[in-house]
Amino acid sequence: MAESQNGAPKGAVDLGAAIKDSLIATLVMFGLSVPILALRTDQNMENRLILEPRWHYVWIACALVFVGRLLLTLFVWNKGAKIVTKKAATPSDLANAIRPYLGRIGLILIIAYPMVALSITGPQGSIKWIDNFGIQILIYIMLGWGLNIVVGLAGLLDLGYVAFYAVGAYSYAIIATNVIPATIPSLGFWSFWICLPISGLLAAFWGVLLGFPVLRLRGDYLAIVTLAFGEIIRLILINWIAFSNGYAGISSIPRPSFFGIPFNASDVGFAARFGIEFSPIHRTIFLYYVILALALLTAFVTLKLRRLPVGRAWEALREDEIACRSLGINTVSTKLTAFAIGAMFGGFAGCFFAARQGFISPESFVFLESAQILAIVVLGGMGSLIGVVISSIALVGGIEILRELDFLKQVFGPNFDPAQFRMLIFGSAMVVMMLWKPRGLVSKREPTIFLKERKSISGSFVKEGHG
Amino acid sequence: MEVFVQQLINGLTLGSIYGLIAIGYTMVFGIIGMVNFAHGDVFMVGSFIALILFMVATSFLGLPVVAALVVVLVLAMALTGLWNWTIERVAYRPLRGSFRLAPLISAIGMSIFLSNLIQVLQGPRNKPLPPMLPGSIQIMGQDATAVAISYKQITIMVVTIVLLALFWWVVQKTPLGRAQRACEQDAKMAALLGINVDRTISITFVMGAALAAVAGVMYLMYYGVVNFSDGFVPGVKAFTAAVLGGIGSLPGAVLGGLLIGLIETMWSAYFTIDYKDVAAFSILAIALIFLPSGILGRPDVEKV
Repeated sequence: MAESQNGAPKGAVDLGAAIKDSLIATLVMFGLSVPILALRTDQNMENRLILEPRWHYVWIACALVFVGRLLLTLFVWNKGAKIVTKKAATPSDLANAIRPYLGRIGLILIIAYPMVALSITGPQGSIKWIDNFGIQILIYIMLGWGLNIVVGLAGLLDLGYVAFYAVGAYSYAIIATNVIPATIPSLGFWSFWICLPISGLLAAFWGVLLGFPVLRLRGDYLAIVTLAFGEIIRLILINWIAFSNGYAGISSIPRPSFFGIPFNASDVGFAARFGIEFSPIHRTIFLYYVILALALLTAFVTLKLRRLPVGRAWEALREDEIACRSLGINTVSTKLTAFAIGAMFGGFAGCFFAARQGFISPESFVFLESAQILAIVVLGGMGSLIGVVISSIALVGGIEILRELDFLKQVFGPNFDPAQFRMLIFGSAMVVMMLWKPRGLVSKREPTIFLKERKSISGSFVKEGHG
Repeated sequence: MEVFVQQLINGLTLGSIYGLIAIGYTMVFGIIGMVNFAHGDVFMVGSFIALILFMVATSFLGLPVVAALVVVLVLAMALTGLWNWTIERVAYRPLRGSFRLAPLISAIGMSIFLSNLIQVLQGPRNKPLPPMLPGSIQIMGQDATAVAISYKQITIMVVTIVLLALFWWVVQKTPLGRAQRACEQDAKMAALLGINVDRTISITFVMGAALAAVAGVMYLMYYGVVNFSDGFVPGVKAFTAAVLGGIGSLPGAVLGGLLIGLIETMWSAYFTIDYKDVAAFSILAIALIFLPSGILGRPDVEKV
């Protein structure tokens, strides 16, 4: 645990010093693990706590730290003495050749993905791949792109983004289960398509509402206030039972229809109308394309907005708020539009989430979700659309993959559940990414305006996240 | 009246716990200008260390409860300090001088890591302890409306006052405290004058964690139960306390803690217990928006 570059000797390998250094690290590890790892608290039959010793884990951890630290000191950090000649990364010709088409290739792959999954694994097996991986990742890509408008473009650090996701989800759930059946039941299967824009608008409204009080705040304080707002909305959803049914949540939310044609086995269902055999996979694939279209809409709007005056004002605001104000940019409306548009996409995603799950409860909108979305944006490289895609696939897909690693049970015994390490890995990934690449995976920035040729600049020259 | 006095006592007890955690936030913010998001989880780790040590002390070593508490308090402070020292070393120190968001993100990651580490290592269920230090003293009123102050509450308040006095003395009167205050004012200048800034920052983290561990022991004693997810809400409330009192100011953190504790208990007693966390979060938002320098803090002047 206690790695630090300071302790590593530079230059000649000093074995004695290295061993001493590793022993200290081992001692630290021992101190860290003594009560927490060595003894596990457990309830016995009478529901009283008992201690269950497992010192062997402590010895394993200490041995790992000793060996790891020693090897790192002797072979990795030791290279600090040599002058590291790092060549500027010059991409090869092949990489240059395919670069302009990268976006298009990716898009084609994403569009073809459900069909490929279907043809490889069959209708039964592919639901998992399309739903758990495809739709899940696309929801986070969309949320990441939505938050990217607020954090990456306008530089407003928002830790409560999940609030707008919740507003969208609850708008759809309440309108579709209570309001529409009571007022216009003739709407039939159109409710999702009617509610989608309404959810977005309501979320945008809440974005403005919550954006107003925080206009004066910047940086960490803004982050904490938005976190507080996110938690307040979740706590209200838990406690205001008449409105949201509290912890129990809202169930039997209508599922989306194929533009008015429901996905069921009846005569007017999708399968019967199109003369194909009924299968639940149809809806899954349709949902996949809906969220893909919504995500692409978010990306399209972001790209277009960056070229419009408001988008330029956002980026200027991110770089220097005081200069912005001196040049006559209305910071109030600039910030509020960023909050509103970011929140609107969060609302769309929430509406889709409610329709896809058919059931929502406040449990889905905890702070951890906000942290996860923010992590996706930051790890991908703030302001970068493709970075969000990469980090969503890595984080969300990686976490889902852990559920599939059943073979590890044969190695570590039947009680070993890889899924319990999901958030542990996620938390450490956030720390490690910050240490390794604080600017995110894609740290190049594309300018929207240029003189002769488009040159991307390093992310360390922009001030994202300072505000 | 009796209800009010009883709630006052309860609020001050709770406020002492929040105040102890708040000091960790306020010191770290003062010295490196970073919101140590993982501090609430450090408090939870301290509480778990105390839980295990307390069980070892009472069931294996057979110490009486009071002696066990003293031993647990000292050991938990030391071990939690070691945890926070390691966290600072691994997750925050390499990011000094990086862009401003990096330490915050790293701290959020560390917070997620710590709570889930405890979940994996100690299991997700609540950990109840048999009640410690039972009994109370009646101070006013008769049977039904009696106002009682329990031995637990007395212990919590006394320990808090003693530790705060000790701490205050360290920060105000020792060379170490002087170095800390110097780093808080101007780290670069302090380094030029021969103060080891890295070491001072490390010690600040250790001190904050030690006080969080005390809060953890008190929390465990007061509620008799601890869970891996218990770090987040007390952490946010303690941060609220730090902001309300004026971030960077030690007396402010304690004052803010007491205020938050009082508001929370009064709110639960006179309004509704359901929305007590909403009240705390609302105060956080209101304090940050309308009173960003807090009650005892210095106003922040932005230089261009």
